[in-house]
Amino acid sequence: MISSADGAQQAAAVTAAVTAQARPGLAVVGAGPAGLAAAVTAAESGMAVTVVDAGLRIGGQYWRHGAAGVAADADLHHDRAVFADLSARLDRAVAAGSVRLLLQHQVWALTREGDGGTTVLAVDRTDPARPTEIRVAANHLVLAVGAYDRQLPFPGWDLPGVMTVGAAQALLKGSGVVVGPRVLVAGTGPFLLPVAAGLAARGATVVGVHEAAHPAGWLRRLPALGAAPTKVAEAAGYAAVFARHRIPLRHRSVVVRAHGTDRVTAVTLARLSSRGRVRPGTRRTVPVDVLAVGYGFTAQSELPLQAACAVRVTPDGTVAVTVDDEQRTNNPRVLAAGEITGVGGAQLAVAEGLLAGAAAARSAGLRSHADVARARARRDRLRRFATAMHQVYPVPPAWLSQLDGDTVVCRCEEVTVADIDDAIRLGARDGRTVKLLSRSGMGWCQGRECGYATSCLTAHRLGTEPDLAAGADRPVATPVPLGLVARGGLHPAPADALPRIPNPNPIPDPNSLEEHR
Amino acid sequence: MTGTFAFDGRPVPFTEGQTVGAALLASGVYSWRRTRRRDRPRGLFCGIGVCFDCLLTVDGVPDQRACLRPAAPGLDVRTQIGTGRDDLVG
Repeated sequence: MISSADGAQQAAAVTAAVTAQARPGLAVVGAGPAGLAAAVTAAESGMAVTVVDAGLRIGGQYWRHGAAGVAADADLHHDRAVFADLSARLDRAVAAGSVRLLLQHQVWALTREGDGGTTVLAVDRTDPARPTEIRVAANHLVLAVGAYDRQLPFPGWDLPGVMTVGAAQALLKGSGVVVGPRVLVAGTGPFLLPVAAGLAARGATVVGVHEAAHPAGWLRRLPALGAAPTKVAEAAGYAAVFARHRIPLRHRSVVVRAHGTDRVTAVTLARLSSRGRVRPGTRRTVPVDVLAVGYGFTAQSELPLQAACAVRVTPDGTVAVTVDDEQRTNNPRVLAAGEITGVGGAQLAVAEGLLAGAAAARSAGLRSHADVARARARRDRLRRFATAMHQVYPVPPAWLSQLDGDTVVCRCEEVTVADIDDAIRLGARDGRTVKLLSRSGMGWCQGRECGYATSCLTAHRLGTEPDLAAGADRPVATPVPLGLVARGGLHPAPADALPRIPNPNPIPDPNSLEEHR
Repeated sequence: MTGTFAFDGRPVPFTEGQTVGAALLASGVYSWRRTRRRDRPRGLFCGIGVCFDCLLTVDGVPDQRACLRPAAPGLDVRTQIGTGRDDLVG
C-alpha cells in the first residue's frame, strides 16, 4: 500500500510526465475504412497517431481479409485500390514512426481527462491466453468503431446455423469458409446482395435472397441514386452473378420461422404487403442448411457515449453520433467518422475519416494537405444516398406479429416474449424497466443484439414510441478480466508512465508482479 | 500456420488465418455451447465478436469467443456447458 502523500506525489509526477512527454496527439479507435483514412490523413499532417483495433488485421469488416490479403479474394472486395492506397500509406507512417498500430487490442473504456484529452483503455489480446491491459493517452480522439448487423427475433432464430449476414461474410472474407451448402439469405438492405453473390461464387447453393423491401422505392428517389453511380454499377454486377448462379431474388419476402432441433433445417417464408405486414396464406417452408439474416446495421454506440458525445436516433433506428461539418462531436477534440455518425457504407466512411483526420490535425495547430473540399462534397453526396437507402429499406413491422410466447428475444439471458409481457404486466412502461425486470439485454452482449427488439416490442405492446437510445450506453464496452481493472485502478496514467499490467488470471508470475509494483 | 486442434477430443484441421469458429464450421460443426438456463445448443451468430453466442472453452478457460480466437495447433477446444464453471459449483 502507498500512503496518500505518496499517492499525491505520484499523481504530480504523472501530470508532469503527461506535459513533458510527447504524448500521442491522436488516438484512432477502429482500423476500418473510416479509421484508416483518419489515421493516415492525420499522420501525414504531422500528428503522432495511435491506431487501436480489435481485429487481427487492418481493414475492419468491409475490407476483412485472410492471411493472403485482400488481393487473394479480389472478387469479394470493392474499392480495392482505395484499400491498397490507405494500407500503403499506413505502412509508410508506421515505418516512419508517426503511427503506432495496435491490432488485437479491444477498447473496453474511454475516460475523459482533466486537460480535455482522452485515455483509451484497451485489452491487449495478442496473446489470447494472457490478456493484458494498455492505456493510451491522447489529446485528440477519432472514433471510427463501425457497426454490426441489426437483428429481429423470430421463432427459431437461436438455432445453430441461423447467423447474421455479416457472419457469413466475415467467415468468407476472413477465414475462407463457405457456410452452407444450402444457404438462404434474408432481411433487408443492399448488403444482402454481396453476401449472396460471394457465397455463390465460392460454391454455396444460395436457395434464395429474400428482401423485405421493394426496389421500386428507389424510383421515387432517383436523384439520391444518381449521387452514387458506383453503387448502381455494383448492384448491376450482383444481378449478373445472380443470373449466372440462378439465385432467385424475392422482394417483400421475409423469414418468419426457423425449424430444427439441434440446428436449422428449414425456414418458413412469407410475403409482405407494401406496408411491411405479412400477407395471409403466403407461407411456404423451404429446406436450408444455413440462414443468413440481417436488417440493416446498428452503430457501435457505447464508446461515443462513454466519451460523452451527443447522439441522436436516425430514421433507420440507429443511435448515431451527432457531428458538425468537420466531423467534430460536441467535444471538439473528439471526432467521429464512419457508420457511427449514421450508417452509410465504406465510401462515405473513407470521406468522413479523411475529414476527421484533417480536422484533428488542424485542431492541433497542424496543416493538412488533404483535399478536404473534395472529401466534403463526396461525403454530402453519399450521405444523401444513405438517407434514401434507409427510406427504401426500412425495418418492416411484420416481425411483431410473428412471435410466439416462447420466442427468445434476448439470446444471452434467454429471455422470451412471454417474459417481456410479464414485465409489462408487472408495470414496466419502457424498454429500460422491461430490461431491469426481465433481464432482457443484461447478458454478455449488453443488449447489442436484442436492445432494438426489446424497445420496439415494449413500445408496440404499450402503444408508445420506442426509446432506442435508452439501452445504448455500456460503461464496459467489452468483457475485461477483473484483475486487470483492479490492478490498473480507476484513474489511469498516460500509457508511457504505466507499464503493461499482466492479467493475474490464470497464473500470476510473482516476479513480473514485483516488477510492476 | 496450419494444423489441427482438438474439439471435444476430435482433431479439427485449420488453415492459415482461420478462427476456431471458422475451422469448426468448415468441419461441419455448427454448435459448441449449451445455454445456462434452457440447455439449448448455440453456435456462431454474429461472427464479429459482438453477440457472445459462440463461447467455448479453450485450454480450460471458458467464455472464449470462437469467432475471434485464432486457431492454433494443439489447442484443447471444448463445448461449453452452461457457464463453463461447473468446477466452481459446490
